[in-house]
Amino acid sequence: MGLDFSIIPDYLDIILLGVAWTVGITLAAAALSFAGGVVFAVIALYAPWVIRQPFRLIEFVFMGTPLLLQLFLIYFGLVQIGIDLPAFVAGIIGLGLHFAVYNSELIQTSILAVDRGQMEAARTLGLSRGQALRKVVIPQAVRAVVPPIGNNMIALLKDSALVSVIGVSELTLSAQRAIGKTYRPFEFYILAAAFYYVINLCMEWVQRKIERRISISR
Amino acid sequence: MTEQTHFVDIRHAQKSFGSLEVLKDISLTVERGQIVGIIGSSGSGKSTLLRAINDLDPLTGGEVWLDGVQVNKTLPHRQYEKHINAMRQQVGMVFQHFNLFPHMTARQNVTMAPMMLKGLSQEAADKLAEEQLDKVGMLERIDYYPSQLSGGQKQRVAIARALAMEPKLMLFDEATSALDPELVEEVNMVMKKLAEEHMTMIIVTHEMDFAASVCDRVLFMDKGVVVEEGPPEVLFRNPSKDRTREFLRKHLEGAK
Repeated sequence: MGLDFSIIPDYLDIILLGVAWTVGITLAAAALSFAGGVVFAVIALYAPWVIRQPFRLIEFVFMGTPLLLQLFLIYFGLVQIGIDLPAFVAGIIGLGLHFAVYNSELIQTSILAVDRGQMEAARTLGLSRGQALRKVVIPQAVRAVVPPIGNNMIALLKDSALVSVIGVSELTLSAQRAIGKTYRPFEFYILAAAFYYVINLCMEWVQRKIERRISISR
Repeated sequence: MTEQTHFVDIRHAQKSFGSLEVLKDISLTVERGQIVGIIGSSGSGKSTLLRAINDLDPLTGGEVWLDGVQVNKTLPHRQYEKHINAMRQQVGMVFQHFNLFPHMTARQNVTMAPMMLKGLSQEAADKLAEEQLDKVGMLERIDYYPSQLSGGQKQRVAIARALAMEPKLMLFDEATSALDPELVEEVNMVMKKLAEEHMTMIIVTHEMDFAASVCDRVLFMDKGVVVEEGPPEVLFRNPSKDRTREFLRKHLEGAK
């Protein structure tokens, strides 16, 4: 049985639907991981002790356990306490929070790296600490953190394949379904890999765009 | 609390970092429209004193009063934050290293606080920015980012940013110390202009000539105390204390 790529067009619709799901889940989870990263970072640095502690636990859980386990817990585990999430939502939340914790580490570092004089100047004008963070410190911290967060987002794209195990028909699962019908694993896995690579290139392109945009405005 | 009538009234200011006493029982009053210079070597406590006026470096003892209101009064945290933010809106501050917001244009640097804190519309704030930047001679660079400006230009924008809040008092913390010598004059010009408009100012500076030309009164600080104070023509020409003479002599030699 040799290789036969000619069967691919018959299953392209399944695969493209998978691409759409992968892109959608990745974008949604990336947005969540970014917003969550900022929130976690601000809490870690500025919140009172009683609020900080539960977040440290969340951080510990998301950094110290496998993402696969986290997805199982969110999708299958939460049902038991009455939270029945659609699989793709569970996937977005799992991926989003997992990477939010990693982004938070980066954002914390870059918030601390913003010159102290920036906070002082803002406070001197009469801004509260919260206002100063929001308008002056965080926008600068976020700019500095775009390149390393971009790396995290590419990791997120690749890890999005894990949500296939909770039944989201994203790219990897779509490829498996096509294989189930055709018994042609090589062709479809290669195809899926090629799509991941293309999505990856697009993300890098977007990241470069963002970097260029914000570097002009400094 | 005793009644007070001075515009700025610093009473028995005391500040320690651990066992290090930076300010030792300093009292100072400034009247409306006065310009007071503070000179002294680094580590003398002059910046700390200036920064205590808007509670950027809170005192460990003593009181700071501005226009009849105690700045550093004891309040529960949340109320204090509200109080201090309101006080700081009335006090403009200019820093040695400008501290412009690098992600904002000159215009945005000026408009941000008035829009956030005074509820100015974009239109009104733009007008205000144009006025203030024009005043410091930076109108042409209104849409430039700080990275596109020279040090002197940055400092002028920083002054415009402070003025946009219409402060009652301006504090200058070595505003020209970080500038190349040829850029000092343009900043000094702006400060002189403010002096002509009778802005109340407290100026920490290393520039004796400038202090002599604009200040009504000059204080010489050393090791956390005010060694001597008086009108500039007296303090610079006929200082009565040895420490003042020593400092001025060294400074003169350094300037040569």
